Amino acid sequence: MNLDTLLLTVISTSLVYSAPLIFTALGGTFSERSGIVNVGLEGIMVMGAFGSVVFNLKMGDTFGALTPWLGLLVGGAIGVLFSCIHAVATINWRTDHIISGTVLNLMAPALAVYLTKLIFDGRGQTDILQHPLATVTIPGLSAIPFIGHIFFTNTSLLAYLGIGVAILSWWVLKYTKFGLRLRSVGEHPEAADSLGISVYKYRYIGVLLSGFLGGIGGAVMAQSITLNFSATTIVGQGFMSLAALVFGKWHPIGAMGAAIFFGFAQSLAIIGKYVPVIASVPDVWFTIAPYLITIIVVVLFIGRSKAPAADGTTFIKSH
Amino acid sequence: MAEPAIKVTGLTKRFGDFVANDHLDLTINFGEVHALLGENGAGKTTMMNMLSGILIPTSGTIEVRGKAAHLQSAKDATALGIGMVHQHFMLVENFSVIDNIILGAEPTKGGKIDRTKAKKDIMALSEKYRLRIEPDAKIEDISVGMQQRVEILKVLYRQADILIFDEPTAVLTPQEIDELLDIMRQLASEGKAVVLISHKLAELRQVADVITIIRRGKKIDTVPASTSTAELADKMVGRHVNFARERVPMPEGAPVLEVKDLVVEDKDKVAHVRDLSLMLRGGEILGLAGIDGNGQSEFVKAITGLLPVTAGQILIGGKDLTHATPREVTEASVGHIPEDRQRFGLVMPMDLVENMSLQTYYKPPLSHHGVMDTKVMVQTTEQLLDDYDVRHANLQQKAGDLSGGNQQKLIIARELSRDPQLVIAMNPTRGLDVGAIEFIHAQLLKARAAGHAVLLISFELDEVRQLSDRIAVIHNGHIVGESATSDLTEQQIGLMMTGETLEHAKEATHEN
Repeated sequence: MNLDTLLLTVISTSLVYSAPLIFTALGGTFSERSGIVNVGLEGIMVMGAFGSVVFNLKMGDTFGALTPWLGLLVGGAIGVLFSCIHAVATINWRTDHIISGTVLNLMAPALAVYLTKLIFDGRGQTDILQHPLATVTIPGLSAIPFIGHIFFTNTSLLAYLGIGVAILSWWVLKYTKFGLRLRSVGEHPEAADSLGISVYKYRYIGVLLSGFLGGIGGAVMAQSITLNFSATTIVGQGFMSLAALVFGKWHPIGAMGAAIFFGFAQSLAIIGKYVPVIASVPDVWFTIAPYLITIIVVVLFIGRSKAPAADGTTFIKSH
Repeated sequence: MAEPAIKVTGLTKRFGDFVANDHLDLTINFGEVHALLGENGAGKTTMMNMLSGILIPTSGTIEVRGKAAHLQSAKDATALGIGMVHQHFMLVENFSVIDNIILGAEPTKGGKIDRTKAKKDIMALSEKYRLRIEPDAKIEDISVGMQQRVEILKVLYRQADILIFDEPTAVLTPQEIDELLDIMRQLASEGKAVVLISHKLAELRQVADVITIIRRGKKIDTVPASTSTAELADKMVGRHVNFARERVPMPEGAPVLEVKDLVVEDKDKVAHVRDLSLMLRGGEILGLAGIDGNGQSEFVKAITGLLPVTAGQILIGGKDLTHATPREVTEASVGHIPEDRQRFGLVMPMDLVENMSLQTYYKPPLSHHGVMDTKVMVQTTEQLLDDYDVRHANLQQKAGDLSGGNQQKLIIARELSRDPQLVIAMNPTRGLDVGAIEFIHAQLLKARAAGHAVLLISFELDEVRQLSDRIAVIHNGHIVGESATSDLTEQQIGLMMTGETLEHAKEATHEN
């Protein structure tokens, strides 16, 4: 295997694995910048993955090649619905954010597997998708000498889309009225309230955006990596996204960068087989690498990065 | 003739059984500074929160510019030209000054916030009202005085012509207070209506045209600003208030607290106290004046064993307690009234008996062989609550349910009843009303008259000047000057608080 091919494999695999994390981490960023801690990203991803797979299998014949793309939106929609639980619990009922998020995480796999059994005649896992999100070669860009081949051949279009969404998110948060207000309710809700900004409204938007993007993240995972749905489709990617957003200092671009790094960590298991020197390392090390790296990053960086001032707090409007 | 800006009739606000505002009638005119005077909990802020749309009245009517107004949110109030400068700044710490001012009223251009236009408009206002700001700095990096100017600009930016200031001077230096009062006069002279909520009588009389006194949710009277301080105080409290603080002459006592070249650094090796030396004798009160954040907290925590000392020496009653634990300090006969009664003085979710016993629960008579005697604890607490006039419902009440004044009295009862040779009191009357202040000052003077030493650290210059025999001024962790109270004018102390030396301060004020 020459260097060119190795780089191509490393980069395209990393991008494929980072795509779900980018979307989910960006979702988490919106939620946390509005002041609602969302540890339920894992559960949201499970529901998004489940929704997209069911749609993909049932409607594949109707929509053909468009199916996986619509599946993303279905995953996002299911994520929005599921995240409503978190929004109502934390914003209206003032439940502790961590507990509510944990409820999502405990509920999602059980609910999704149960529904899978109902829909697919008692089987706990679905068939393999006929219309997955395949890797693509981007015309034009792939013709660029050397770089084009490495970055834009057989690559994850979704990862690039995710990078685009990250830049858009950054722009929205920094330069728009909506972004400024969303950040203000996450930093100092009383101040926002005193200026006539609806804290509840912006926090709802934050949480539902995390549902939408988290659901898409789950759908990306299921439709481009596992290619079916089972209890093991989402195994910690939600938590990795959470770690990515903290590692990225609650900043969309930072979260995206961290997500790509974690994607690379996940791709190690696959790349390892192709690199002669490390091919002899037992597989188990590569499998646990992403989790190990997550923990190390969390320990090293999380204590130092600063959350939005009112993240995790409840706001009570007085009358 | 002044035109009414706001007229409220029969305004009432209830929280459950508690009536915070009871049928208030009030007229506020354009072109006037109207002061609202009342003790803490009298209902001033509640009323203003109704005028700014934050609270909704239980009954009664509010007319703005002669038209009935039904304010449901802060937005409604803003639309009617009412703006409030809050007592606790409503500023987002890590936003820029500009972003804080425009938040909720952002000018946009093509979907994007137009920060260039915002900055231009804000700087124009800033110049017009001489409200100096750094538009691109973050709130967390600017001084408290500038933060307040940002609050005022926030209101002006929304084109408010009815401005409400809720206790605006609590955190300012004397010079900043003068500036602020000037700005209020300027606003009124432009025809705006200005409402000033305060319980500081001197400044109200200085700036206001009329003063309305509120007591226990009811309006007592509206009087011209020329009314005497004593009369205002009596109307506010509902009984005769004594302002004189009698310091009986005391013989020079032995040194009780000696601090030599004290240095206190934090984890990042930043020095908050630098080469600070002080000496305090029995029978005197030493006032430590200074602006918040100049090392006062760290100094007190170092003496009381709550922060490690980097260098220097602390002697209490001749004993070296430089590296003592808080309990060793307590047992060296030190009473500590901490700056934050809710965080350091009391355990809010614990009841009155437990809070009263915090310093002595482990030794006789409250404990025998490691077992607490609850009967004695209850008796002692009852006696002390009585002696120190702590108003409470019952002994099982949580400390957190007491009013601020009574929480402070509870701490004072616990600390002073041990008859300590050294009393350290930091902002002992912060946020309290005239009645409670009178009581607490009397207790500190009593400790002095008993021959004990009192170290009073306060951001309230009036308090320091009223009580202290000597005044030391702290700036940037260092004592910039020290003198007998009678030798120093308010202006001189104010200058020293900004870092001028005693000599400079004296020269500067002599020129005037």
